[in-house]
Amino acid sequence: MVMTSEQAVEAAALASKPRSPWADARRRFFRNKAALAGLAILVFVVGFALFGNSLAQWSNEELDYNVMGQIVELGGPSFASGHYFGTDDLGRDLFARTVQGTQISLAVGLVGALIACVVGTLYGAVAGYFGGRTDNIMMRLVDIFMAVPYMFVLILLLVMYGRSITILFAGIGLISWMEMARIVRGQTLTIKGREFVEAARATGVSAPIIILRHIVPNLLGVIAVYATLLVPLMILTESFISFLGLGVQEPLTSLGALISEGAGTIAYGTTWQLGFPLLFFCLTLFGLFFVGDGLRDALDPKDR
Amino acid sequence: MSPLLSVRDLDVKFQITRPGDMPWTRPRYLHAVNGVDFDLEPGKTLGVVGESGCGKSTLARGLIQMVPATGQVLWRGETDLLSLSPRRMKPFRSEIQMVFQDPLASLNPRMTLGRIIAEPLATHRPDISASERRRRVAGMMERVGLLPQMINRYPHEFSGGQCQRIGIARALIAEPKLLICDEPVSALDVSIQAQVVELLKELQRDLGLAMIFIAHDLSVVKNISDEVMVLFLGRIMEKAPKAQLYDNPQHPYTQALLSAVPIPDPVAERAKRIVPMTGDMPSPMNPPSGCVFRGRCPRAQEDCARIVPQPEGGVHRVACLHPGPLQAGEVA
Repeated sequence: MVMTSEQAVEAAALASKPRSPWADARRRFFRNKAALAGLAILVFVVGFALFGNSLAQWSNEELDYNVMGQIVELGGPSFASGHYFGTDDLGRDLFARTVQGTQISLAVGLVGALIACVVGTLYGAVAGYFGGRTDNIMMRLVDIFMAVPYMFVLILLLVMYGRSITILFAGIGLISWMEMARIVRGQTLTIKGREFVEAARATGVSAPIIILRHIVPNLLGVIAVYATLLVPLMILTESFISFLGLGVQEPLTSLGALISEGAGTIAYGTTWQLGFPLLFFCLTLFGLFFVGDGLRDALDPKDR
Repeated sequence: MSPLLSVRDLDVKFQITRPGDMPWTRPRYLHAVNGVDFDLEPGKTLGVVGESGCGKSTLARGLIQMVPATGQVLWRGETDLLSLSPRRMKPFRSEIQMVFQDPLASLNPRMTLGRIIAEPLATHRPDISASERRRRVAGMMERVGLLPQMINRYPHEFSGGQCQRIGIARALIAEPKLLICDEPVSALDVSIQAQVVELLKELQRDLGLAMIFIAHDLSVVKNISDEVMVLFLGRIMEKAPKAQLYDNPQHPYTQALLSAVPIPDPVAERAKRIVPMTGDMPSPMNPPSGCVFRGRCPRAQEDCARIVPQPEGGVHRVACLHPGPLQAGEVA
């Protein structure tokens, strides 16, 4: 049988697997070396946070009475004493403390980004899709909230309701969604003018379903990119709060709190107390930024 | 036979500046469609032609409340579609479906073919089971010339012509009575255009569809239409059965349009005489008084500025104060 070229093309197309836009983006992402390195770093940091405790010789609350009072001489990083990262000023194991700090910092970042994604996306998509007065009221509200200095509000919250991790999560969630809502609204405005949304409206699909089925899936690229860049921002915010001494409360700790402690004692020559938390802090941020960058390249609509 | 759709005095106005923007701004309107009326019988095709910006697409969107319209759109001589609330309009949306101009843009890039085509069915017939829906989608795909095994693919994997077939399948899956085609072939290659037009004609014959076929290509419209309506600046200039309009155009605008159609024969094309049109499309925000076409009309006289010509006549309606066949002095 002789195949025309068109039939040959069609046959070839049928032989290949269906490629979703997501599969295309995944391929582009894995071709990006920097993004892969970022991903590897991130996997390492997350692994450290999840499984680091099983490697630790000491718990994060135990005081090592042998090194107490002689931190500078005896509290340094050593395999012999079991303090891989040394001890902090009170003789607590810094390795276990760093594991815990990384856990808390990642959790803060993830919760903040998650709240931003869910609330910000829905808020922005609703405002953008309905437009007109709804849009005006919703976005002016965001403008007003954004005009309030958030650090001030966060500090007030922490002072009023006590320093707890729940309040910290709530406070960070409160501020994180607004920027996302703005970005999503802008993207929604461009998507709602596309013909496939019009086609859905002409067919009689209801507005909530259009938002969830046609608009949000086409926003996911932007959301994913922004969320990965939002996580480090949240971590930084939490670190700043902790650095001010208002963040998580002892015995809990975060990378920001550890860095703050380490910075306070650096004059006595215990550089490891600053170095190790700082290293993990930087690794996390680098990893997230590179992954975010890679995602942006992979999902860029111009390449599609 | 009673008309499926009868449109009376359809007006679409867009507000350009809102009255409340500044205390001193007065509302300004763009009158996109102005007093259009026509009847469409089941199984027939109405071709709508005109330049860019003459209100063809807006007319289509006004019929189904996609843009705010006033007037009367009587469906099967019973229901005025324009008087319905969005909720009560919903059942009629399955009976009137649209095919869009840009084949790829009218398909959601994140949805598979199967879900795209099934959407009208899922919206209007939630009682149909998923397996039955899938079966119907596969049947419809075969019908429009797509391989059913492509059901899990994404729009970007298809060519323009195939995408338009997907758009047609989506429009027909809910078994509509009226199909509004908004320049369905303008974005396609000429060879693909012919295929899609033939497909539409075939489906229309088999399913007894009525069609409103919008295009700016007169030869495509000639191929598919029973009746043709020529619009200029949102107004009907001439409306007639196909043969009459193409063979015996009465309106100078129709004559100019027809004379601009290229003839696929170089000798005949060179010998062809065209009707030159001067000037630009007048602004729809500030339309000329009297006849909107008078600024570009070779026959314009002083009374054209005073009197707004109404489309008159029985079957062959012409909105011109000085209608008539093309005269010798008007061609170049």
